[in-house]
Amino acid sequence: MEEQLEKELRFHLDEHVNELIARGNAPDLAQRNARLALGGPEQVKEKCRDARGTRWLEDLFQDFRYALRTLRQRPGFAAVAILTLALGSGATTVMFTIINGVLLKPLAYPQADRLVTLHGKTEKYGEQWGFSYPEFHDYQNASRTLGSVAAWTYGGGTVTMPGEAEYVFGRQISSGLFSVLGVPLVEGRAFLPQEDQPGAAPVAIISYSLWQRRFAGSKETIGQRLILEGKSHTIVGIAPAGFRMDGESEIYTPLGQSTEPRMRDRGAFFIHVLGRLQPNVTLAQAQTELSVIARELAVQYPQENQGRDMVAHPLSQEVVGDVRPTLWLLLGAVSLVLLIACVNVASLLLAHAVSRERELAMRAALGASRGRLVRQCLTESSVLGISGGALGIVLAFVGIHPFVSHWPGSLPRAEAVQLDWRVLLFAIGVSLLSSLLFGLAPALRVPARQLERALRGAGRNLGGSTRRLHSGFVVAEVALAVVLLVSAGILGRTLLRLSSLDPGFNTRNVLAAHLALSPAVLENPTKLRAAWEDVLDRARRLPGVQSVALADVVPMRVGEDSVGYWSAPVPPPPDQIPLALTSIVTPDYLNVMGIRLRRGRFLNEQDRIGHELVVVIDDNLAQRAFAGIDPVGKPLWIQGMDSNPAKIVGVVGHVRHWGLADDDQSRVRDQIYCSFYQLPEPLVHFLSAVMSITVRTSIMPLNVAEPLRRELRGPGGDQTLYDIHTMDDLARASLDRQRFLLWLFGIFAGLALLLACIGIYGVLTYLTNQRVPEIGLRMALGASTRDVMRLVLGQSFGMIVVGIAVGIFGALAAGRLLQHLVDGTRSIDLSTFAIVIPILLTAALFASFIPARRASQVDPISALRQD
Amino acid sequence: MATKTDLPQGTLDLLILKVVALGPVHGYAIAQRLEQVSCGVVQVPEGSLYPALHRLENRSLLAADWKETETGREAKFYRLTGKGRKQLETEAASWQRLIDAIALILGMANGGAR
Repeated sequence: MEEQLEKELRFHLDEHVNELIARGNAPDLAQRNARLALGGPEQVKEKCRDARGTRWLEDLFQDFRYALRTLRQRPGFAAVAILTLALGSGATTVMFTIINGVLLKPLAYPQADRLVTLHGKTEKYGEQWGFSYPEFHDYQNASRTLGSVAAWTYGGGTVTMPGEAEYVFGRQISSGLFSVLGVPLVEGRAFLPQEDQPGAAPVAIISYSLWQRRFAGSKETIGQRLILEGKSHTIVGIAPAGFRMDGESEIYTPLGQSTEPRMRDRGAFFIHVLGRLQPNVTLAQAQTELSVIARELAVQYPQENQGRDMVAHPLSQEVVGDVRPTLWLLLGAVSLVLLIACVNVASLLLAHAVSRERELAMRAALGASRGRLVRQCLTESSVLGISGGALGIVLAFVGIHPFVSHWPGSLPRAEAVQLDWRVLLFAIGVSLLSSLLFGLAPALRVPARQLERALRGAGRNLGGSTRRLHSGFVVAEVALAVVLLVSAGILGRTLLRLSSLDPGFNTRNVLAAHLALSPAVLENPTKLRAAWEDVLDRARRLPGVQSVALADVVPMRVGEDSVGYWSAPVPPPPDQIPLALTSIVTPDYLNVMGIRLRRGRFLNEQDRIGHELVVVIDDNLAQRAFAGIDPVGKPLWIQGMDSNPAKIVGVVGHVRHWGLADDDQSRVRDQIYCSFYQLPEPLVHFLSAVMSITVRTSIMPLNVAEPLRRELRGPGGDQTLYDIHTMDDLARASLDRQRFLLWLFGIFAGLALLLACIGIYGVLTYLTNQRVPEIGLRMALGASTRDVMRLVLGQSFGMIVVGIAVGIFGALAAGRLLQHLVDGTRSIDLSTFAIVIPILLTAALFASFIPARRASQVDPISALRQD
Repeated sequence: MATKTDLPQGTLDLLILKVVALGPVHGYAIAQRLEQVSCGVVQVPEGSLYPALHRLENRSLLAADWKETETGREAKFYRLTGKGRKQLETEAASWQRLIDAIALILGMANGGAR
């Protein structure tokens, strides 16, 4: 390109010279005239190049190389800037990766946005996920907007053959589930509608992991038999790896084959229902139709369905659960850190730019347009931004997996959390945006006029605007740091307060585990009571065991059973019946759990079937139903049990069943205890499938776990103990979320404080450098070291105080947000500020100390001689 | 010799297109032709010629090849493209309209419409 232009112009010159010579001019005169006529060749070339319009790209390249050179000249500055940005952008990228995986990516089913999940809704208790089996069929038949509907509920049991006895979690599913979701099976087929009926031959679909574990992944598995809960099932299909229905499940059986009585009970809400929208049907249309069907059902079956409406939600919402607000909260917090990092780099760049004012003025004088210079500055900041962003991506890559594995509980859709193109795009976008943010300040300072002054000045003149800008930076950083520190403080106080809450029982040295009886025994209801007695005897005899009890639900663990109750002979209208958490326990439960007895007595061995039905209530229920009066001896009617009331024989202290954090806010807090020995046989049979055993030990509870497991294998060797936890662990786990958030916010706040201090240090150093002549003058006029230090510290103090004031407003807003999003948080009180503000002040003044000292040690003579 | 007149703005492109329309020609020849045909009135500042040529080439109104001249040297020859031909027609037409209008107005000042 260049060559050709050169050649073309040379040709023109030569021709012109030849013509002039032909006209009779002397050769050298001809040369001179020709050259004059053409004009400066370089200028002509430039104009041609401009005309071609490729200038822009070449300029960008030039800017880029220049930026690299400048940064290489100051490696310290570049390193600090890039590292700061990497920290900010890395943290933000980690949060976005999680949000991308959990919230933004569609579920792994084909056309996942057409999948919906149905919830029932009542006015009193809000939304509930459970449906009854007849209700499911009603919706399946009646709905036109949902093309196909499927149901599932929890199942599983002891698998005894092939291999050792093992309790596996499973699901009972309707025949259409796999096709509704659009999930292909690895081998075999899904259930047929004929198999989804009572009385059909037992079949099962096993999970990929079960297939590998028990059948070694053999291709011959289809058609083989597997014994679940004592019944022989034929394996007809294998589910793909990673397939989940609300948690891991290893075996699927047809829901329709279940013979439990609750399958026919319209009021037993234990089934999850999901469906797929017909093409061209919107969620709103489906919602309207469902409400209509719900109303018809309410008319047809007033007892169970009155006041019960139906709502449809996209399936992804159900899977994600309530983790959404936490994620957005964390993204917000991490953005604050990124903002601080940007402000830091901006002030660094600004200081850098002011010292380059002379150089920029020179370039402007040589003909660079203002736009060109601004572009130069922005290129420099983009180089920093993108390097910081790239390093941030590396940090995110390293940090994402430890982060996810430490998430309290389990992060829904954790398997979808990976660095993919969307994350990279986000990271690059954030880097560019932040470069723009911090690059603008120095870019806008590019001199447009008064070149002469800039050229002559030593680059030391500090315009008032720059000083204000720098102070503004410090104020902003301090304010952001205050917000994060106060948030961390709030969370810390919350955790402290919640940890000190009384769980209502003694959590130390108690073991809780699920126990699955032998399937053969479960088949034969008459043997059940004897089997449980045997379990209790064996457990009591173990060394290290103080007392043993059975319970169907255990506090602070997933699982609850709530029933309606009333204390007067005439029940209130159905939608106003209060609910209580019911626990079916053996008498020793009080001792095992260490619950306080307030009045009367707890259940005892004499309360057996055939005797009067007795219950024990907690003081919440006593307060609500019998305010003031002594409840002992009074009757209590329990919904679902026969029409005769039970007699209240005692009142115990309230147990925080829902966990230390959530209990105070939950809707159902009343508690009732019934004796296991007073249950009629059908209920014993029903509960035996989910019974737990609780053990108080005199040694470390986990040391008893193995001996307990071995001892309780049962005569057939197929009784299994699973889900073993200590109550201490469960209680601590109920605060996992708060603890995790505190940890994170603590890190963010620490980072923010560190960055703010670095920023203060940097800005103050720079500002005092600029004021060296003034300081020299002051000292020459009699100011002492102390005076100078006071001067500098005073300036710093001013900025910090303004920053804190601004930050307090932000912190108040943040506090309200936290209160809303994190259970158990109370509003901010002064003590949080009283702790946080002194910390910030101390750190900030400490950071200002060194520049102040350096300023006070300025030699006045050399200072005045400068310039 | 006729007095030299400055080229009104924007007309350089039009003139270049017209000269090139007569046949492929290199830059120096264009300058010469313009001066010759106008009897010395139009003197193209050579510094503006080449940027104009490159601009027209960039807009695909001209196409260029390197060929040998009669003297045996290599030079860059420009020729008109189809797009350039259309542009030439359009601009020449509007230029002519402008000239006619101005002539009418000037004629009017001398004593009314003819």
